[in-house]
Amino acid sequence: MELRFELNGRDVAVECEPQQTLSEVLRNRLNLTGAKISCEVQVCGACTVLVDGLPVSSCTYLAYEAQGRTVTTIEGLEDRDRTLHPIQQCFIDEFAFQCGFCTPGMILSAKALLDDNPDPTDDEIIHHMDGNLCRCTGYVPILKAIRKAVAVMKEARG
Amino acid sequence: MSDDKSRDFEVVNHSVPRRDGRAKVSGRAIYVSDVKLAGMAYAKVLRSPYAHATIVSMDTSRAEAHPGVYNVLRGDDLEGLNPYFGHAVKDHPLVAIDKVRYAGEPVAAVIAEDELTAYEALELIHVEYEELPAVMEPQESLAADAPLLHQRQFEAGALRGFEGEVTAGRGTNLCQEHHIKWGDVDEAFANAAAVAEGEYYFPMAYAYAMEPYVAIAEVGDDSVTIYSSAQHPFMVRHDLKTIFDMPVSQIRLIVPFVGGGYGSKSYTKIEPLVSACAWKARRPVKLQLSVEEAMLTTRGDDALTWMRTAVDADGKIIARQAKIYMNTGAYAENSPLVCEKSSNRCVGPYAIPNVQIDNTMVYTNTVPASSFRGFGCAQVTMAGESQIDELAARIGMDPYEFRLHNAARPRQEFFPGMRPFDGTLTEDLKIVADNIGWKEPLPSGHGRSIGCSASDAGAYPLTSTAVRVHADGSASLMIGSTELGQGSHTVLPQIAAEELGIPFDLVRVVSSDTAITPYDRSTGASRTTTLMGRAVQEASREAKEQMVRMAADVLGVEESEIQSVRGGITCGEARLNWSEVLTRYYKLPDGEVIGRAYIRKDKDFAQLPVFWEAASTGIEVSVDEETGKVTMEKLGTCGDVGLAINPALAEGQDIGAATTGMGIGMFEELEFDRNQLLNGNLLEYRLPRFSDMPRTVKLELVQNRDGVGPYGAKGGGEASLNSLPANIANAVYAATGARIRRAPLTPEKVWRAIREARAARGENES
Repeated sequence: MELRFELNGRDVAVECEPQQTLSEVLRNRLNLTGAKISCEVQVCGACTVLVDGLPVSSCTYLAYEAQGRTVTTIEGLEDRDRTLHPIQQCFIDEFAFQCGFCTPGMILSAKALLDDNPDPTDDEIIHHMDGNLCRCTGYVPILKAIRKAVAVMKEARG
Repeated sequence: MSDDKSRDFEVVNHSVPRRDGRAKVSGRAIYVSDVKLAGMAYAKVLRSPYAHATIVSMDTSRAEAHPGVYNVLRGDDLEGLNPYFGHAVKDHPLVAIDKVRYAGEPVAAVIAEDELTAYEALELIHVEYEELPAVMEPQESLAADAPLLHQRQFEAGALRGFEGEVTAGRGTNLCQEHHIKWGDVDEAFANAAAVAEGEYYFPMAYAYAMEPYVAIAEVGDDSVTIYSSAQHPFMVRHDLKTIFDMPVSQIRLIVPFVGGGYGSKSYTKIEPLVSACAWKARRPVKLQLSVEEAMLTTRGDDALTWMRTAVDADGKIIARQAKIYMNTGAYAENSPLVCEKSSNRCVGPYAIPNVQIDNTMVYTNTVPASSFRGFGCAQVTMAGESQIDELAARIGMDPYEFRLHNAARPRQEFFPGMRPFDGTLTEDLKIVADNIGWKEPLPSGHGRSIGCSASDAGAYPLTSTAVRVHADGSASLMIGSTELGQGSHTVLPQIAAEELGIPFDLVRVVSSDTAITPYDRSTGASRTTTLMGRAVQEASREAKEQMVRMAADVLGVEESEIQSVRGGITCGEARLNWSEVLTRYYKLPDGEVIGRAYIRKDKDFAQLPVFWEAASTGIEVSVDEETGKVTMEKLGTCGDVGLAINPALAEGQDIGAATTGMGIGMFEELEFDRNQLLNGNLLEYRLPRFSDMPRTVKLELVQNRDGVGPYGAKGGGEASLNSLPANIANAVYAATGARIRRAPLTPEKVWRAIREARAARGENES
């Protein structure tokens, strides 16, 4: 079947099988390997991408469900002039990753939260991020990075 | 090192941002999972449903005939390879040969044009097994009539990591024994003022490297090239050398970014299997395991420890005795070393005059066990640090004061024959006690604990490197250590930038390719900053010495007239930076100088351990007595790191390690029923999540520059894990009066223990 959707601001059309997952299409057909595959049962969040702004586990989300929708992957977060999204920059500033395998999913989950709720409490951040696992950092630096991104984005809005 | 004790640092000891930051936040960091080679095929593995069985017959003809399938690899078709691997003993076949020893063991692999086709063909393989009785527990496995897992005899591997023999392969299921004895424990216990005694369990745990095992192999007539998510590429190379009977120069391991290791990617895992697939299929083959398969590949060693500890009337620990049973599962992997290390790590961080440790590592029909962060120390510190609190309670002493009273002192040789203690535990303990408010009043239902550990860390000191300084003034470090996320590839260029006096941004790392980067034994045991860090420091200094000679040549003066200064040289009025020295020497603005260093078991590293890895950890928990749920409210860590080359990265290691320790202390355990892994997936294996983290976290580092690493650095990254399971047991005891000696302290276990403790106190069920 032909699958058409908006990917990181551009229209794409790609042939896919009905049983293929979005991560298979992104990683194998479209050569976007930022979404990582780990648990394959929607527990870890490493494969998180945004569909119409909402986080989904691309390892189990069927590709055809993205038909006509808007998909954002980690590769789509930088500006055209290659400036990092504030969340990406804050993850660097706060040492919010080590191995980096969870990082694309973490950043996209955080983006979904901040797009919806630009000034979350710690409880709201923790509740929202509870579906993203990290085995390296102990989460505390990630919480700090998201808090900092909230402040940076607030200042940018003026 | 004494020559630079007092200087101010420009780059080192600063929390410079991670070198891999931009790649990792933008999705451009490439892991083996992301790598594709031209003409690459995909392998999938058929696994045994039985824990112990003879393979009677195997029919792979339908799978081989399936469209898109290239080959099927099977254990009876490996003519031309030496199919057994293992750095301690070669007991592990790359695919099952004649029999299977655990449920989940690879029995065949299908190589096909894509992963789906390979999966489909697995269904078409028919294997006939004859089930054998299985042994799942160490004591059961040591019984005289126990079924024998291994019929072959093994030689101890030269790279096993310790000097003693290996006891595996001598006609029993004993994998390894280790015994330590000094003083006279019987007499000491007979004369003790108080004794604590108990049996403690540390569970089988899964490291959960988020990127499961993955490797790509390409095998030519005289070469093997493997991309692998491996921690120790040079150790893997050594196993492949035997399998293919090739010199190491023909075997190339390449390690790009690694999606987590924590010890679970130490030593050889799936590389023999994938390279045999590539050898069979005569094309590049990728084998990507799932998390479920990773859980069937390696786990941490579980340990049942009987321990008793005695004090005299002054509250000084006078004796400790332990009998440990550990379970390596079906293959030895690194468990012989885990056996030795867990024995050693029963002693520290205390100076104890009478010690006897008897440790037995046994084969069973469970998933093979090997390294996992803090190995050996984590297992026995559950026993040791629990027992310290029990003993303090017995003599009515505050457990924090009791530790201060007994902790090994700086420069004390608390383990006879080993390096004198190079840390300051009393300082570490005091910092943590302050940070968690040790003396402050506690709300009802809350409990606090403090703990510490000291591990003989650093593994075997054999490390080399080359530092290439280029004529434009930039530098490349040739680093055989792997960047697992710990930040070594940020720390090592900090050291080179400091030594060469050039900006950090001008130093790049060429990483982990056995064909290119000089030998480094391993990336584990917290050794990289200390050993590779020293190598980088020495190689940078050697490069500078060469450039001083070059400067003398181009200026036409004696070497003694040249002053080495930051970033270059001076000679009278002349000042040249390194770029100018090289450009004038080569008469071209290009070319380079190569500084080298070889670290071996000599001089500063003659006495093991390379360093004692020490830390203190403290926590506060609240316990819901109605549900048994434990919540960590506060966490304090203090890493005794000598000098933090990058403090933010060092603290990141401590919080990461403590979080895994919390997981093992509170929820993590691989559980077997009779012979199957019950919770071999992430729905049922419970890992720490965001919401489990304490709201108050205080991380500190003690930096007394007392290590043998660069500028007095030592390693970190395991010690904050080691004491955490006992921290949890001790804090739950402090909160509830229930003493739990088996980790993890799940809500059910805590709920039951609270009720048993109430009953024992004669209280009614509320």
